[in-house]
Order: sequence, then C-alpha cells, then structure tokens
Amino acid sequence: MKYLGLIWSALYRKPLRSFLTLASIFVAFLLFGLLQSVSVAFSEGVDFSGVDRLIIAPKYSIIDPLPEKHAMAISTIAGVELVSHRSWFGGVYQDTNQFFPRWPVPPESFLAMYPEYLLTEAEKAAFIQTRTGAIIGRPLAETYNLKLGDKIPLIGDIWPNKDNTAWEFDLVGIYDVADESVETDQMFMNFEFFDEYRQWSQGTVGNIVAKIKDPDDSAAIALEIDRLFANSSDETKTTTEKAYNQMFANQIGDIGLIMTSILSAVFFTILLLTGNTMAQAIRERIPELAILKTIGFSNTSVLMIVLCEALLIALVGSLPGLMLAAALLAKFSQSISVFNGVELSALIVAQGVGLALLMAVIVGLPPAVRAMRLNIVDALGDH
Amino acid sequence: MNTLNQIFVITLMNLRNLPARKASSMVIVVGIAGVVTVMIAILSMAQGFEATLRGAGQADRAIVIRAGSDSEMGSSVPVDAARLIETMPGLARIDGNPLVAGETYVIADIKKRANDSDANMPMRGVEPESFEIRNEVKIVEGRNFQFGRFELIAGVKAANQFQGIELGSQLSIRGAKWQVVGLFESDGSIHESEVWVDNAILVAELNRGWGYSSMIARLDSALDLEVLGNAMEADPQLETKAVRESAYYNEQATGITSLITNFGYWVAAIMAIGAIFGALNTMYSAVSTRSVEIATLRALGFSPIPVVISVLVESIILALLGGALGSAIAYSVFNGYTASTMGATFSQVSFDFAVTRGLMVQGIIWSCLLGLVGGLFPSVAAARQPITVALRGL
Repeated sequence: MKYLGLIWSALYRKPLRSFLTLASIFVAFLLFGLLQSVSVAFSEGVDFSGVDRLIIAPKYSIIDPLPEKHAMAISTIAGVELVSHRSWFGGVYQDTNQFFPRWPVPPESFLAMYPEYLLTEAEKAAFIQTRTGAIIGRPLAETYNLKLGDKIPLIGDIWPNKDNTAWEFDLVGIYDVADESVETDQMFMNFEFFDEYRQWSQGTVGNIVAKIKDPDDSAAIALEIDRLFANSSDETKTTTEKAYNQMFANQIGDIGLIMTSILSAVFFTILLLTGNTMAQAIRERIPELAILKTIGFSNTSVLMIVLCEALLIALVGSLPGLMLAAALLAKFSQSISVFNGVELSALIVAQGVGLALLMAVIVGLPPAVRAMRLNIVDALGDH
Repeated sequence: MNTLNQIFVITLMNLRNLPARKASSMVIVVGIAGVVTVMIAILSMAQGFEATLRGAGQADRAIVIRAGSDSEMGSSVPVDAARLIETMPGLARIDGNPLVAGETYVIADIKKRANDSDANMPMRGVEPESFEIRNEVKIVEGRNFQFGRFELIAGVKAANQFQGIELGSQLSIRGAKWQVVGLFESDGSIHESEVWVDNAILVAELNRGWGYSSMIARLDSALDLEVLGNAMEADPQLETKAVRESAYYNEQATGITSLITNFGYWVAAIMAIGAIFGALNTMYSAVSTRSVEIATLRALGFSPIPVVISVLVESIILALLGGALGSAIAYSVFNGYTASTMGATFSQVSFDFAVTRGLMVQGIIWSCLLGLVGGLFPSVAAARQPITVALRGL
C-alpha cells in the first residue's frame, strides 16, 4: 500500500467531487440494504417460524372455525410433542388505526410452544393464572404507555362478549424476544376467558399448532393429521409453520415484489451514473498518469493505482451505507410496520459488498487498462 | 446591456454547448428520471388501490352490519332482523318493494394463477335485489347465474387471478362444485375481485342458517341515511348499524393506502438525496470546465447574477427533462398494471395502478426542485470565482 499517498492525492484533487461521488454511492447502498431486506421479508415471509412446528388450519378457509377438541386428538399422534392453538380476535383498541394482532391462546401450552417470547417466571405464572390476563411485546407497551396491571379495553368487532360491552384484559406480562426476527407487535390473551365470555362459537379455535419431536417426520405427521379429520365436518389442512407464513406472505406478495423490482432498477441506475462520474474523473487525469510512467512507474503499478482508487471509493461509500441500513433496521424493526421483524442478513451485506466490488472493477478497469497501455509521448502531447 | 439581456445571452450560450457535455449532463437527466419514476410508480399503486375501493362506494347506498363490527366479514345480521329492516323508512322502493338485499361475505382458499399458492378468494352470496341495487355490475361474458343452482359469476379480476375460473369450467369451493357461467365488471371496483353466487345456496353450504353477513340497501336519497339509522336505533331488538357505502370503503382503503404512500415518499426522498448529489457533481464539473469562459465573460463586464441564473436554468432544464422522462416511463410502464394484495378483510384485492395527471404534475414539480437545489451551489460558486485566478487556468 505504498501508493496510498498517490491515491489519496488523486481523490483530494477535487475533494468536492470525490465527496459527492462517495455520497451518492452511500445513498445507493443505504437504499439497497433497506429495500433488499424488506424484499426478502416480503418474498419469503419473516422467518420467525420454527421448523418443528406444524400449523393445522381449516381446510377451506382461514375464517372457518376448528373444534378445540381436534387438539386433543392430535396430541395422541405419535411424534407430536406438544399441542396448542390460537384464534384471531381482531378487535379495536382506541380507534381502528391502532391495529396490532391479538390472539387468544391457552397460556400454558402457548408458553411451552413459543420459548422465543421471553417473560419472567412471575409474569408467566400470572399469565397462566389470570383469567383476564394478557401479554404484549415491549415496543407495544412503550407505544401505548402501558404498564403491568393496566387494563386493556378492546371492542370486539368480530367477537362481541355476552354483555355486549368492551372486553377488558389485564396486562400481566410484557415480553421481550429472543432474537430480532420475532414479531413483537402482538397481544396474547387467555383463551379460556375469551371462549366463555364470547357470544357464540364456544369450543372452537382459529388454528392448532403442533410441535413435533423430529422435523424430518413433519410431512408424514401432517398427512396423518389431515387423514384423521378427513370426511368429518371440520377437515384440516396441515403445513409447516414456515409454509403457512409463506402462504400469507405470498398474498401480500405482489406489492412487495413490484416495489423492490422498481427499486433495484433504480439502484443500478444510480450506480451507473456514479460509475460514469468516477470514470470521468480518471480520464481527466490521463496526462498525469503519463507523467507517472515517465518517472518510472511500471505499467502494472499504474493499473493497480487506478483500480485501487475505484475500489477505495466503492468501499468507503458502500460500507457505511450498508452499516446505516443495518442500524436503521435494528432501530425501526420493532416500531415501523413495514420493517417489522426485518433484519439486514449477512447474505445481503455480502451481496452489497460484492456489488460494490463489481462496480469498482467495471468502472475502474477500462480507464485503468487504458492508462496501462498509455503511450507516454501521445499522452503528454495531449496536454 | 441590461441584466435581462445578459441572462438571455449567457443562458443561450450555455444551452448551445450542452451537447458537448452530453455524458455528464445525462447524469442529471437519468438520475432525476429515476427518482420521478419510482415516486410515481409507488404512489400510483396507492392511488389505484384507493380508487378500486372507493369506486365501490356510493353515497346513496348503505351497508347494514352488526353494531360492533367494522367489516362485512366480521358482521352478522340475523334473518328476523333483516325482515324488520326491510320495513324501515329511508329505503328506496320499486312498486313498494324495498331495494335491500341480504348478502353473505366469506373467503375461500383458491390457488392463484401467479404462484400456485393458496389465497383468500372473496365470495359473495347475493339476492336478486343485489343486482338492482348494485346496478354498476354488468355481465361482460356468458350470462348471470340462476338462483337455486350451483352456478357462479366471477369478477373479471378474480377470473384473472385465480386458477379454475374459466367460463364453462367447474370450480370446487369449500367442497362443493360450482359452474362458472359468467364474468362481470363493476366499473373497476373491488367487486371485480369477488365471486358471486346465490346467497341461499351459500348459506346452506356454510351451515349458516342464522342469517346474513350484511345487507346492502339503496337509500331513497343520499340524505336518508340518518332516517334509516334512527329507525334502527329506535328498535331495541336490533343490534345493527347503517354505514354509508362510500364511508365504509374509504375506511377499508385508508390503512393500506397510507402505508404505501408513506413508503413511496420515504423511498423517493432518500433517492432524491442521491440524485441531488449526482446533479451537484454534474453541475460543479460543468462549471469547472467552463471556468475560463465564465471568467472571460466577467472580465468583459457581465455581472455575476446572469452567470448564476444561466447555471440554474441549465440545471433546471436538465432536471425537467429528467422529470418528463420519468413521468413518461412511469405512465407507459405502470398505468393500468394489475397487481393484487391482501385487503382489510384478509381477502385478495386486485387493482390497477393509476398514474394520474396529478401524480405526473407532482413528479415534474419534484424534478424542478431537485434541479434547483442541484444547480444553486455550483452556480454561486461559478459567480464567485476570482476572475484572475480563473483566467490563469487558460
């Protein structure tokens, strides 16, 4: 790196232009980091799913009820370790714009099924014992300024209660999550209270979750479960949790795909333009490169100097851009719904760095080769 | 020479030698075209979605749903309540028969054509009056279904979206086989994403003997919503409310529309920053390659202001070119592009992007602003260059 001084003076020749070039690369990679992450989340579903969990859903539509007693039958199947269930509450908190998913669940099996929701032992016990108990994620608690012991009133738009009044749940736990990809904007409440107090559909649930001992058996067990209820009035459709989430992601799908494909086109436009500016900066200095060769720099050295300059700009611009994208996603993954559970994966960082290197080579190589092959007399004569 | 004249002369001179700086000028044009295309594309998605939902709502129609619910999906209206509501004031009537129909709104898992994945196809059970009330619905292919038969008609968007919806084919929904007998349009509204069948058969299939999801009513006039609402409230047996159809669909559109719109502006803003850096770069280098020329003009007695303005004008013209190009691309690629997503009731909504004139104007205004910002600093730098230093560059 003995030529670092030379490269530095090349960049410092027009500091403003170098700065602006760096800045556009920075912005391009910031966008890349953010949108590529969102895109992955859209197309593959946020991956908080366990490989060892199966979702047993109604065969014909998510709005059909499943009998709760299906859960009991499923738990007797060999290879099934644990069974729980959840139902969609819907509901309105404050006003319809304050939406977050709410699920009545049986607390004990729910906590065993999803160890990724972290609660203290006292909170766990309170959730299991409190009939009107509910837990929410920490970011939700912060958004609505809720503390343990607070009451959470919900209007049951799908499920009115027997008195036709607002539901009231007691906040008994605020959960953290084991890793950032787990969604935190959800509320879970005690199913037993919900089931007894709602006006209709007692004894039914939304879908059933089964934990299996060996993920390799999932296909066989899924078939067995569906066969168990075939030709009953409540047939089922069993998939892995990942496939189930994927199905939902696909339904939102189109939008994510369109957004990200527009944006990737634009990302490449920015790079193309920046590359153009970088190449121009090198072309302008060809007489100077001729002087370097005159005073004895070898052809390879000149090639390397020019290439290194391009690499330096590409990396110094792109790495902070990717870093800022990671930081923003980490900060907002919990609070902005588009970014919920989205994170900048190592793969995306690698893709970003790869693109930066590729850009440096594409932009730097032609003028570098030209500089290498430069005929000193001609180049100096141009001046 | 007066200032105006000077501005004119210098600006013209700048523009005339633009072709010599083609490559670097393209940076501004293409960069800003990119920003404008993306902004318009994303916003046109929001507009199209909103238009599809709002298009379904009319001021003189009311949706009757259970008082606590806010969508047809989560609502239920018992049969006896429905019979009572038919007698209420405020409803439009033909020969004394009220224009009100009970409907059932459910979803069913059907595979999408695009990705072979199960998606929630909305399905509406309707009564004969439904066609009278929703008179924008027109059969465009085949015929209407016959009541009492397992026949269905599909909205054109649903037919495009879901596997097995072809005229004459049989579609298996919820274990029953339905004959596809017709396709309908409804002025591009959300109903085109639905499949319609005889309500009585659907209710029997679902074992929902207890009633409807909702009712749709034509009001005597748009002002009669209150009359109907008051009549419902006066009856203690009824747990229903009447919502103006236009308000109902506005509410359903709000969440997703504002999500997409916000996202669009955020992305466009970040990209705009990138484009400004590019524009600044271009204009600075345009100014620096012309520094001798500018200094000569100044030495000849031209004042700095025309120099500033000439650079600004050049930058704005390039930006406008970019804006126009971006709008044109957005219009030709995205206007009318059909996409689908999951709407407020989990059901699939298919909609067309709408690149409206308003959006294109907005894009042009943005490009103008970007050009202004991108040109401002370089133009000032050009005018403030000491003449003697710049001339020495010769």
